Amino acid sequence: MASQDVAGRADSSLASYFNDPKIRGIVYQVLLFVALVFFIYWVVGNTVENLRRSNISSGFAFLNGRSGFDISQSLISFSSDSRYSRALVVGLLNTLLVAGVGIVTASIIGFIVGIGRLSRNWLIRKLCMVYVEVFRNIPPLLVIFFWYFGVISVLPAPRDSIALGIPLGFETSYGFYGLDYFLSFGSYLNNRGFFLPKTMWGEGAWLIAAAIVVAIAMVWFVARKARQRQEATGQQFPVFWTSVALIIGLPLLAFALAGFPLTLEFPTASTFNLVGGFQVKPEFLALYLALSFYTAAFIAEIVRAGILGVNKGQTEASYALGLRSGQALRLVIIPQAMRIIIPPLTSQYLNLTKNSSLAIAIGYPDLVAIGGTILNQTGQSIEIVAIWMVVYLGLSLATSAFMNWFNAKMALVER
Amino acid sequence: MAIRPSKWSFSVENFQTPADSVIPLDLTKIIAFDAVREREHGSSAACEATFRKWAGTALLLSHEKNRDLIPNNRKGLVGMKHTVKVILGAAALGMAASAASAATLDDVKAKGFVQCGVNTALAGFSAPNDKGEWTGFDVDLCRAVAAAIFGDPTKVKFTPTNAKERFTALQSGEIDLLSRNTTWTLSRDTSLGFNFAGVNYYDGQGFMINAKKLPGVNSALQLSGASICVQTGTTTELNLADYFKANNLEYNPVVFEKLEEVNAAYDSGRCDAYTTDQSGLYSIRLTLAAPDDHVVLPEIISKEPLGPAVRQGDDQWMDIVKWTLYAMVLAEEAGITQANVEEMKNSPNPDIKRILGQEADSKLGTDLGLSNDWVVNIIKGVGNYGESFERNIGQGSPLKIARGLNALWTKGGLQYAMPIR
Repeated sequence: MASQDVAGRADSSLASYFNDPKIRGIVYQVLLFVALVFFIYWVVGNTVENLRRSNISSGFAFLNGRSGFDISQSLISFSSDSRYSRALVVGLLNTLLVAGVGIVTASIIGFIVGIGRLSRNWLIRKLCMVYVEVFRNIPPLLVIFFWYFGVISVLPAPRDSIALGIPLGFETSYGFYGLDYFLSFGSYLNNRGFFLPKTMWGEGAWLIAAAIVVAIAMVWFVARKARQRQEATGQQFPVFWTSVALIIGLPLLAFALAGFPLTLEFPTASTFNLVGGFQVKPEFLALYLALSFYTAAFIAEIVRAGILGVNKGQTEASYALGLRSGQALRLVIIPQAMRIIIPPLTSQYLNLTKNSSLAIAIGYPDLVAIGGTILNQTGQSIEIVAIWMVVYLGLSLATSAFMNWFNAKMALVER
Repeated sequence: MAIRPSKWSFSVENFQTPADSVIPLDLTKIIAFDAVREREHGSSAACEATFRKWAGTALLLSHEKNRDLIPNNRKGLVGMKHTVKVILGAAALGMAASAASAATLDDVKAKGFVQCGVNTALAGFSAPNDKGEWTGFDVDLCRAVAAAIFGDPTKVKFTPTNAKERFTALQSGEIDLLSRNTTWTLSRDTSLGFNFAGVNYYDGQGFMINAKKLPGVNSALQLSGASICVQTGTTTELNLADYFKANNLEYNPVVFEKLEEVNAAYDSGRCDAYTTDQSGLYSIRLTLAAPDDHVVLPEIISKEPLGPAVRQGDDQWMDIVKWTLYAMVLAEEAGITQANVEEMKNSPNPDIKRILGQEADSKLGTDLGLSNDWVVNIIKGVGNYGESFERNIGQGSPLKIARGLNALWTKGGLQYAMPIR
């Protein structure tokens, strides 16, 4: 009988393993994982086999091939002799460029408009509201078309460029009044873009760069000292104006000491376009403005929600402490609002980066546009699509990681 | 080799027309829409049809036979992005159990129609008419293949494709045949896994400028420093880079994906010049705000042989498409037309009898996997090469393209078919 008992106990212990939800859960997860791995293995194997059978070349070796096409805007040197891989890097840098400057501009416009929506001034409040409602409710592609075909395309041709400057007089049909002089900035606007004078630094220019570094270090030091003094004695120090003076004054001083080592190269007219100087292409300009203005509308709403999310009692308490409204906003409201603002702001930054792929519609050579060209020239669709996905995933994860870090830093630190 | 007297040839080495050369076929008079061949119409109907099919292919892990099950619905899904299609196509390529089935003919016979990839909307070459039927020079080739197989030129379904989708569609088995003004190049022939079944239209790339804004410019060599509008992903884009590099000229490419955008940018003055196939420039010129202000420069910088493509690895299918094209050209040579094909069957001429499969115990058609009266069916269905040309893009059409390079070899052109015997 004893042996039967033992056997029965062994049975029930085996059954109890199956009935144990913890063990069962692990078994199911292992099964799912194996199935997933097998599925991926099957898809990859199938793809490779299909490509081989169809005599379609596969793999990433094509990236070393000569591109054969030119790219209108590139941050690094590129010619038709460069490789496909370099073309992709050019595209990635162009994406990063437009996303980077777009994020900065959208944040600035967004914060201004968001605060403007809460203004006590009726006109400012309504103007900001109209801006937000207009841009938030139009698809971003149309905003891009608006800037490209609606604004920049209708600018005059290069030979009739709009010269930017201040006329020190005005002409009427009766004659000329004032000084017959046009204070030109050497900048021109036409349907080929925005042309600015290019700064050409001469010898001794390093002194200016060094001065800027020194100025920043001094500002940091002054700010720290001022804070310590305020905490110790309650006396304030005009940190802001000191900083401005340092950051502008020191480089200017260095500039003078080095003997003004700066020349400007002005854009000049040639047969077809303006040449020389610094050129901002209309495609970049349109995409940059569109993404900035579009995303700013969303950021404005996030900022408004963040500020309204701070308890009214906080404002009243700051006034009770004798803070002026600007100080209350800067020292009490905004720091608290930031905790509400940052998480949704992150997703707006991600949206802006991803929306930059709409560049293809107006011919701005971003990663998707250049990848598409390569895809079409080489026919390696699977590889190019994989590269696109990996790069955008990487960009988004990097942005998220940075914003999460920033959020953690801004989060309420309980003492 | 010497099909054409040498005085007609333009020097390919330096990509220019020698000043003293006489081009009797005056390419500048050709009006065609080849450039528009790269057109991405953005047609939502086309978009949806392809989307559904590719999605279907991916979802069903489609075997070739399953493709019949996928609805060929052409309802619109507005504003879908083309990238989606490319991604789905890539997915289909991975998932389809048999992307390149060896026996395309068997599949085509089993499903009862030829699935043909054409341009989205390219007047003269492939565009739906007011009744919604696809018509055009490239469409006729699809119909001819259907007629050769089924004896019925209507047993064909069309998949409108843009420049970017066309290759993936063919690679993934979505279409059986690509007849979409596609330039025959080595890399497309090899690394893309295609075979070109011949050339149904010979073209070359040129430049167009606004003569009113740029008086004094009468050669492409004067375009140094110009901004040039071009469509992306085309051979045109590559030829442009090569030409300016070879001539040590600077230029600024302004590239767009869709043809409408290139046209709009050029018309608004974003570019100084527009480049694409020369015949296409003339057709695009007609769509500009002030056509008379624009001139096409004389240089032809490339060869653009346009022809139908099939997948590699199916020689029988390749033969059918190739010989369908040859049969149309041969029929024109032999004077066989849509109108007289029935009476020609009784012709005593042994050549004509052989072409039309009227020889006793002829095996020519059956060896190809078709019936012996396959040529009769083709000519009854769409007419010979010349008839198709004149009806769609030649004198019988609004385009009025001269035959030029596309005349028969006996009339000073390049169209030369191998003999059916």
